[in-house]
Amino acid sequence: MPVVKAVSCPVCGSLCDDIELTIENGEVVKVKNGCAMCEAKFLSHRSEHRIRKPLIRKDGEFVETTLEEAIRRTAEILAEANYPVLYGWSNTSCEAISVGIELAEEVGGVIDNTAVVCHGPSLLSVQDMGIPSCTLGQIRHRADLIIYWGCDPWSAHPRHIERYTAFAEGRFEKSAWRGYMAKIRSLIGLKKIRSAAKRLVLKEPSEIEARLKPTFVPSIAREGRKLIVVDVRRTKTAEMADFFIQVEPGKDYELLQALRALVRDQELEVDHVAGVPVEYLEEVVDAMVSCDFGALFFGLGLTMGGAKLRNIDAALSLIRDLNMRTKFVIMPMRGHFNVTGANMVFTWQTGYPYAVDFSLGYPRYNPGETSVVDVLLRGESDAALVVASDPVSSFPRKAAEHLARNPLIYVGPHMDVTAQVADVVIPSAFVGIEAPGTAYRMDHVPIPLKKVVDPPEGVLPDEEILRRILSEVRKIKREKTKAEAA
Amino acid sequence: MELLIRNGFVFDPINGVNGEKMDIAVKDGKIVDKVNESRAKTIDATGMVVMPGGVDIHSHIAGGKVNAGRLLRPEDHFKDVERKTAVTRSGVGYSIPSTFTTGYRYARMGWTTVMDPAMPPLEAKHTHEELSDTPIIDKASYPLLGDWWFVLEYLRDGKIEECARHVAWMIKATKGYAIKVVNPGGLEAWGYGRNVESLDDPVPCFGITPREIIRGLCKVNKLLHLPHTIHLHTNNLGKPGNYLTALETMRCVEDLAENGKPVIHITHCQFCAFKGDDWRTFQSGAEEIANYVNAHSHVTLDMGQVIFTDTTTMTADGPFQYTLYTLTGNKWTNHDVETETSAGIVPFHYKRKSYVHATQWSIGLELALLIKDPWKIMMTTDHPNGGPFTAYPRIIAWLMSRKAREATLRKINPKARSRSLLPSISRELDFYEIAIVTRAGQAKALGLKNKGHLGVGADADIAIYNFNPETMDPAKNYRAVRRAFKRAAYTIKGGQVVVKDGEVLKHMDGATMWLDVQLCEPCEIELNENLKRRFKEYWTVEFENYPVSEDYLAVSHPIPVKADV
Ligand code: SF4
Ligand SMILES: [Zn+2]
Repeated sequence: MPVVKAVSCPVCGSLCDDIELTIENGEVVKVKNGCAMCEAKFLSHRSEHRIRKPLIRKDGEFVETTLEEAIRRTAEILAEANYPVLYGWSNTSCEAISVGIELAEEVGGVIDNTAVVCHGPSLLSVQDMGIPSCTLGQIRHRADLIIYWGCDPWSAHPRHIERYTAFAEGRFEKSAWRGYMAKIRSLIGLKKIRSAAKRLVLKEPSEIEARLKPTFVPSIAREGRKLIVVDVRRTKTAEMADFFIQVEPGKDYELLQALRALVRDQELEVDHVAGVPVEYLEEVVDAMVSCDFGALFFGLGLTMGGAKLRNIDAALSLIRDLNMRTKFVIMPMRGHFNVTGANMVFTWQTGYPYAVDFSLGYPRYNPGETSVVDVLLRGESDAALVVASDPVSSFPRKAAEHLARNPLIYVGPHMDVTAQVADVVIPSAFVGIEAPGTAYRMDHVPIPLKKVVDPPEGVLPDEEILRRILSEVRKIKREKTKAEAA
Repeated sequence: MELLIRNGFVFDPINGVNGEKMDIAVKDGKIVDKVNESRAKTIDATGMVVMPGGVDIHSHIAGGKVNAGRLLRPEDHFKDVERKTAVTRSGVGYSIPSTFTTGYRYARMGWTTVMDPAMPPLEAKHTHEELSDTPIIDKASYPLLGDWWFVLEYLRDGKIEECARHVAWMIKATKGYAIKVVNPGGLEAWGYGRNVESLDDPVPCFGITPREIIRGLCKVNKLLHLPHTIHLHTNNLGKPGNYLTALETMRCVEDLAENGKPVIHITHCQFCAFKGDDWRTFQSGAEEIANYVNAHSHVTLDMGQVIFTDTTTMTADGPFQYTLYTLTGNKWTNHDVETETSAGIVPFHYKRKSYVHATQWSIGLELALLIKDPWKIMMTTDHPNGGPFTAYPRIIAWLMSRKAREATLRKINPKARSRSLLPSISRELDFYEIAIVTRAGQAKALGLKNKGHLGVGADADIAIYNFNPETMDPAKNYRAVRRAFKRAAYTIKGGQVVVKDGEVLKHMDGATMWLDVQLCEPCEIELNENLKRRFKEYWTVEFENYPVSEDYLAVSHPIPVKADV
């Protein structure tokens, strides 16, 4: 039986690329190295819910049709529309996204990706302040302190901890697995001196460093990594942490501001912040400022909770402050496997990561106005193309309703809710299983996706479908110009 | 397709042509001796300047860092948009234009070859995806190798040949063109928030010094017979007093030079020609650098000219960018890349009235004018670090016209003006020298045989500028010079007219050049086995997912190189 190695997993933003698949009769029969989510995806891509034939709605009912017909109808809808929206993109390849942007430009529509409903606020904060970050391997090799804030990698990014952070084996940092088992929490020797010295002569960090320099050895020789989890509930990940901070719901902002104050050596006048004793926070901050390399990962719990945009501003500010004392990085935990790639391609082709409006003939960006949810809430769009996404089930109800009222085209593998209310449905291949391409890991590292089995007969990859739609749209426009001239 | 460019004033320094009135014939994308005059399309270049297409040896146009800059600065794009036309894609500027816009804007000025100078190997696919989306121009990219763990370890152990083989593998794997070294040792130190301060400051945990890295990679470059020298961004960049580091860096490879050929390229030299102990006593060190370069033949430089504008600084020099952030308090993005390199981005506004900024502006021009041999110094802004590449017409005017320099000098910080060497420099470059510093010299330093000249067999990349050197004096009419270079009368790329009167006529792919470095055969297999074994220890991606396949290049142009190892 053929075994394909080094396959990338098209599920979450960790994009593990070490999966081994056993293929039998054109199907994946065994998955090695993957987590449960990964296995489920590779083993069930041929499931019942799969669409196999293009569908067009006639008199309220779906009827099967040819691909040519479905593409022609799609192109007509898009070419006739004044203000179409093109949405999705986080579960497909960069190559497909690139064609999608060209199509949006051609029809003068709004193109948006799923960041608008997840890490959109994070991106806005980054545009305000910047983001000190790095690739995941840097954290694996060097980080002696890991913080997960408002995210539960154990459940949502199951291999993140073992591959990239606390339990990964790095050059300067060994896996904390043993340490975790033994729950050793004591600080020793040099660390204490360093942190004490830093607090005493805060103004001159270079001087302390100069003194410590000859003896500088990374933590490898001293102790294991530390794991801090901040969340509203005790998650699986929290169970493993050296420090767990159970923050009161909606109080992340207060907590971040308190940590900032402590990092700056200010005294807090209260006993508790966000339901957490200040003494405990002081201990946490000690660990933060005395680490050699800290990394903070944050999830939707922080991005979407309470103060939203201000949360991320505060988190970025905390990391900026911490960089005055030691090395610290921060990274959003991206969900869909290629939401990062969607932001990337959007940015290099249009200058902006999401919510791009081409209606004036050039890229315009004003989240809150040009973001697809807002366009829908204002009821402005008059056609929609959805690629590899299910907005009808995930958008606010009013937005979803307007979307469903639009002539709606769905391109994707599943018969999900959006497909069910669409007017044209074009089945597509699973990128990363039935079609090759490129995706970007949450840390911006591009990862190639493999084609390991053939798609069902007659089913094409998104990229190819979009190319055909684009050329059909151009054809219709040419015909129209000719007709007008005549 | 055949093309005949008639009667222009041709400036082709590589072939010694200095403003002679002559015809240039083109067939199938190449310069030829002659074409069938009745069949060929003719362009009347009477009263115009004809040059090879411009070549840029150092311009950050693609890849992770550039894109992080775009993402960081929506305000940079709002004021500068490009509409979609019947033939071109839309986009945005200003200091970090989107990919399509980048290609069009270079072509509009008559530039046809651009080198992106900083590719993190792990993210090489990203660089190539963007380069492939950059239309019209040919391009290439330099992988960042000065802080790669393999390099540090092999050089520390004195294993030059092993190092060379791995570098060869890396250049091929990343589809790269030259060895780029940025603040050698400093980027590894930045992994823990540190830096190195001199050529002999040991790199933490690696037991090697910047001097050893620079010398080692110089030797590697020679063993591999790469067409360009090592391309170096010096230690201590952007710090007062760093002209001494720059001098020491050039000196440290003096003995590696043979037959008077260059062995090192010091990039954006303006940023490492600072005298003084701090920002108060800050001064130009251009004269000292120029004196050294005038007396030695083993170095080439590019300017890294500063423009008074709002721009975005971005380098692989993480610690330098951090310092810039602490100085300005601006937005700051940092992106360290495991096992290899780092990067930082900080928006920056160069102001006429700032003593330091105005002095930096002066330093760039002083270097270009005090270095006597134009083949040794190339015109760049280190786009977008000193300013966007779209400012090239301004720099050309400053280089060609004392009057243009004086006009700007009058508007800058008075202290900077009084200390500037510019008023004492009367030199004004002519079109022949401009052709050297903007194309011929760059192509020669890069070892690009078919670029930067108009001899038979060269690529038909040609720029025609509407300026009549017979009737107009560029030194007096510097505004006309600026206008001419801003919007080329014609840009011809690979024999096709892509720009006319500054308008883009065609959207087409340019090629991506890369070095196909060939090692002696048996070691290739051994090398792969060794890498495979160690890969998981060093990186978080699999060995076979790491290399950039040719599919990532819209048009792949491999250049074979035969190595000595
Ligand atoms: S962690 Fe994410 S990318 Fe890795 S195997 Fe699991 S689902 Fe796939
Ligand atoms: Zn540069």
